Amino acid sequence: MSNVPLLQVKNLHTSFITDAGEVKAVNGISYNLDRGKVLGIVGESGSGKSVSAYSVMRILTDTGRVTQGEVLFNGEDILKYTPQQMQSFRGSRISMIFQDPMTCLNPVFTVGSQLREAIRIHTDRTKEQINARALEMLQLVGVNEPEKRLRQYPHELSGGMRQRVMIAMALACEPDILIADEPTTALDVTIQAQILELMQNLQKKMGMAIIMITHDLGVIADICDEIIVMYAGKVCERGTADEIFYNPRHEYTKGLIRSIPRVTEKHEKLVPIAGSPVDLLNLPKGCAFASRCECAMKICLTEQPEETWVNDSHIAACWNNVKRMYEESKGGEAR
Amino acid sequence: MDNAARSQKEKQLIAACIISLVIFAAGWLTLPILSAKILLAVVLLLIAGTLFFSNDTGRYVCKRILLALITVLIIAAITFFSMNAIPGGPFSKEKAPSAAVQAVLEERFHLNEPLGTQFLLYLEGLMQGNFCISTKTGREISTTIFESFAISAKLGGYAALIAIVLGLCFGSIAALNRAKTADRVIIFFTTLFVAVPSFIMATLLLLVFCLKLGWFPIFSTSNQSYVLPVIALMLSPMSYITRLTKTSMLDVLGQDYIRTARAKGVKQSLVIFKHALKNALIPVITYVGPMMAYILTGSMVVETVFTTGGLGTKFVQGISNRDYPMIMGTTIFLATLMVTMTLISDLIYKVVDPRINFD
Repeated sequence: MSNVPLLQVKNLHTSFITDAGEVKAVNGISYNLDRGKVLGIVGESGSGKSVSAYSVMRILTDTGRVTQGEVLFNGEDILKYTPQQMQSFRGSRISMIFQDPMTCLNPVFTVGSQLREAIRIHTDRTKEQINARALEMLQLVGVNEPEKRLRQYPHELSGGMRQRVMIAMALACEPDILIADEPTTALDVTIQAQILELMQNLQKKMGMAIIMITHDLGVIADICDEIIVMYAGKVCERGTADEIFYNPRHEYTKGLIRSIPRVTEKHEKLVPIAGSPVDLLNLPKGCAFASRCECAMKICLTEQPEETWVNDSHIAACWNNVKRMYEESKGGEAR
Repeated sequence: MDNAARSQKEKQLIAACIISLVIFAAGWLTLPILSAKILLAVVLLLIAGTLFFSNDTGRYVCKRILLALITVLIIAAITFFSMNAIPGGPFSKEKAPSAAVQAVLEERFHLNEPLGTQFLLYLEGLMQGNFCISTKTGREISTTIFESFAISAKLGGYAALIAIVLGLCFGSIAALNRAKTADRVIIFFTTLFVAVPSFIMATLLLLVFCLKLGWFPIFSTSNQSYVLPVIALMLSPMSYITRLTKTSMLDVLGQDYIRTARAKGVKQSLVIFKHALKNALIPVITYVGPMMAYILTGSMVVETVFTTGGLGTKFVQGISNRDYPMIMGTTIFLATLMVTMTLISDLIYKVVDPRINFD
């Protein structure tokens, strides 16, 4: 079993059935996640990064359907689990934290009751043990005065504090994977750094794998082992953090990196990516990014680029990359 | 709190105690009747409560009871003076009694005094729990009110209970089956019941089930005869609660914390009945409080159609007989009940939604 990845997502397709038609939010993404690793998923709003995570957790809204693909956890397809199996799976094996901690905690229950509920569902501990565990978790995520916080309601806590409570709740049953869906987007910058540091420390302590979903490449630069760049529900590029940052092969990735503000270069204007995301109701025939791409070629408009291996850890789905690799190989032969 | 602020607060407390003691002593000596003295003491205590209660719920309750007392007083004044502004009196009929009899009657009901004095005399009686006697029947108003309220409360209690339980159930079912058959059927009928006025509904029920089919008896004291008026009374509030519950349930089910609960692995039934329903209840409570008061005191229309002899019927009779003490008594009773119900629903609000801050 040791060589089976902890989580394998194979050719996952997710759609939302709406009155206007089928919205194809995720169009065939695949990735592997090993025990204790950190995977970053980057993309702009509507690129399908959150939906792909909800598909893995099977918490899509009523209109959402996984239309194709497999999600293997330790080699078992969790898309085939019964709802009961799924209930005991969520929160204990994979748990999740969300973007806006202000709205993610139930306003009419105390922090303590929500935290204890998360523990009670997945264990058969006694009341005292559950209480002790809740207190321990709050201390672990660095909430001050944990006894008092347990009795308070979410609205009495600050945003950073609530996100810490969310993390405590997610990790209370020591899951193998923590999915963090833009955990820092709604927080201000100083708190962002604290939360990221906390997640890194907890990962070292508890050894879970993390899937970090974000639209901000800068946020995940240091903490991810592998990064996936998504656009229009597809993987544009996948590689180690170094490969993505220093050797980007997809034009979209290059654009994202150009749009990160840099402290070192003064007075340099940020370069935004022009245009707006594609309409997921009618995906274009060719590359979804072609209409916004500065280097689009004829083939980009008519044919979808296939995933090509740059090396054994780096994949890109871009015709420009295919062209470049072809030229490099020819150049290599000529030399 | 530091020491300076604390001693400041203590000083204020002592000063307030002395002032209220002085007012109380003065009031005790000057006010003529015992119940007025007690009322003064209660008011002073309530004022002290609004100022010095340490938790905000206590302060809020004191403030609200004070306001309720003032509200009831104002309502009594408005009813009293507007009733007297209408020409004629309780004894001006086609077959008017002789002048001598009229004079005796007026003497007995203090109708010969100036208006202001009449009002004060009435309030004085009221403070001793004396609602006066009816100018029509000569019975104690308080007896009539409590007898008829017993009927109204029984009717209304059943109606309110059924309306709330069914309303919440149907609302949740409609929300969970949005745009499916169950939802459409429920919404069709609730729209119908909200739209049809209760007097038409009551008359129809009476006509069909009582007179034509004979399934239920005409109103008596038997439990069976309560069925039709309860149905007529509860249909419209039930429909309203259903629609409110559906809307707020749909809103709540789309909230982020529901997704969190599902991601934690909470059972689907618990997600709905624990995490969602408690939040969805908040707007419903706002409606249910005043509705309870309205239903408990008896709908005048429904009670009149079924001739139940409840409070609503008595109120209407009082108005058509120009029975001043009867109208005053029922109005004050209804006002007090309404104010109490609103206060209770506001307090329940706080229990359900901890974000509510009374200050």
